[in-house]
Amino acid sequence: MFDLDLWREIFQSINKNRTRSLLSGFTVAFAILLFAILFGIANGLQNTFAEAFGTDANNSIVIFPGRTTKAHDGLQAGRQIQFKNEDHDFVLDEFGEKVQYITSKVNRNVTATFKGEKNGYEMRAVHPEYMFIENNVVSEGRYLNQNDLNNKTKVAVIGNVVNDELFLKETAIGKYISLNGISFKVVGVFTDDEGDNEERVIYVPLTTAQFLYGNNDFIDFMHLTYNPEMNSDQALAFGNDITKKLKERFSVARSDQRAIRVHNMAQGTKQVDMMTFGLTVIILVIGFGTLIAGVVGISNIMIFIVKERTKEIGIRKALGASPRSIVSIILLESIIITAIAGYVGLLIGVGVLEWVAPYLEQYFIKDPSVSNRLVVGATIVLIIAGAIAGYIPAKHASKIKPIVALRND
Amino acid sequence: MLKIHQLHKSYPIGDSSLHVLKGIDLNIEEGEMVAIMGSSGSGKSTLLNIIGMLDEADSGEYILDGLPIKDLTEKKAAVYRNKFLGFIFQSFNLINYKNALENVALPLYYQGMNRKERQEKAMFHLEKVGLANWAEHLPKELSGGQKQRVAIARALAANPKLLLADEPTGALDTKTSHEIMEFIQQLNDEGKTILMVTHEEDIANMCKRIVRLRDGVIMEDKKINQVRAGQYV
Repeated sequence: MFDLDLWREIFQSINKNRTRSLLSGFTVAFAILLFAILFGIANGLQNTFAEAFGTDANNSIVIFPGRTTKAHDGLQAGRQIQFKNEDHDFVLDEFGEKVQYITSKVNRNVTATFKGEKNGYEMRAVHPEYMFIENNVVSEGRYLNQNDLNNKTKVAVIGNVVNDELFLKETAIGKYISLNGISFKVVGVFTDDEGDNEERVIYVPLTTAQFLYGNNDFIDFMHLTYNPEMNSDQALAFGNDITKKLKERFSVARSDQRAIRVHNMAQGTKQVDMMTFGLTVIILVIGFGTLIAGVVGISNIMIFIVKERTKEIGIRKALGASPRSIVSIILLESIIITAIAGYVGLLIGVGVLEWVAPYLEQYFIKDPSVSNRLVVGATIVLIIAGAIAGYIPAKHASKIKPIVALRND
Repeated sequence: MLKIHQLHKSYPIGDSSLHVLKGIDLNIEEGEMVAIMGSSGSGKSTLLNIIGMLDEADSGEYILDGLPIKDLTEKKAAVYRNKFLGFIFQSFNLINYKNALENVALPLYYQGMNRKERQEKAMFHLEKVGLANWAEHLPKELSGGQKQRVAIARALAANPKLLLADEPTGALDTKTSHEIMEFIQQLNDEGKTILMVTHEEDIANMCKRIVRLRDGVIMEDKKINQVRAGQYV
């Protein structure tokens, strides 16, 4: 129930005792200010990490074949392992539910020509799923699709840089470029926010490349992403499983480190996760420490306030104030001071972050900021904190005997 | 109006206990003006506290206006105090950050009266004590006599059945004391029942009945010829 008179009472008490209210508010404001700044900086550090690792799917596993280094099962050392399409299917069959996307790849360096322009690029022959693994964005036209793969169509999707360098004045879509002398129709242009090197690439269907450049079903390596619901430990185990299965398939000694190599991003992800986790824990500990200090501070001041107002509370009780009305006065005063002061602290903290953000970039802190969710969360925490801080003093106040009003001191 | 029968009260002191009230019997009729006298330690303040429901008796009966006062919860005591009793204190006990009008309106606030009605009623009582022009002043801007008059207006605001005064003139000079007493007598003339604790003979003689306490028992209870305070003013 909204009781206007109760709020009038409280605001009168806060207003008439401004120094006292300001002092108690200051503790909380300062605590929240520190909390906001710390949180912002932690966010900035995390942003820096996120940028450093780019937008490549960070749940990637890449499987390379190599040369055996150990004789095994009657086979000599030094044997070259060659992956084929059937190995791609084997991985899918064995580990289907743990795989999010999988593609096989054949990489070639090609010379691309269009009209007078000529340049060397990396050609990657892939499955359509590759788009998701690389987090490519198609800016014009379309990406490769299953139809291209089935029909071995001679289509190409080119990177933004390729587009700029070869197609000076015209749109690339629908034009034919020659890759090492074979004509491909450009069906799409893509961008990749990892930068120019990743845009200096031409994608073609895997089957087309296999047919045109060797008429075989060889693949250079496989690239897959694991089911993102797996944590990094499960992902590491998954990587080991694949290695083991493939070693059996190719009759490679278990201890052979070179014949089948698996590069698992989960390794790095785990380390980054641990680091981020550690950072978050530290920030939370420091943040909540400051917050608790603020709450204890205001609780102390409220106890002092109750002590100072003992006589007033006694008078109010003699005049007919119920214990409940005394509790609500003290509790609400505490909540209001905490909430307003905390909010001011939060605003100043956010302001400071905005102001120093440009100067912090050189210290690996990028876009330090506090999310709206955190602001709302912090406001709720503040109100709860105010209630906690006010509870003991309020309980104390409600137990004051009205007799104290009669004492003549 | 007020009936007290065999009232006992003791306070524990360490292992033993101090027996303060040893069987008090007291009847007060409506419209009376009673002074309770006694040296310090006689139990007069304890008696007033019990009558004022600020303290509870160990045993005995206390009936106020036909209502037995016993087993009070804090909440119930607060309601009864607000409805039945008006307090006047020696040290005025005004709330220092509220102006005269707001102080007078406070008991009405605890009655749950709305703001407008409250202020009108409080203003009416301030006029009655002759301080209408001082309504917006804070207690520190008022003289002792004015403060006590504001306190009396506050005690009257909730229209209580019984006015309890604890040394109402204790902090005032003689001239102001007589002014306040004249005003209290006037209230009694209008029919208010008044009970006051004092240790000053001349103030007690301005009441209509004196009850003398010593060591927790009533030594003497007699009606007197009231001395009118007006003649000194």
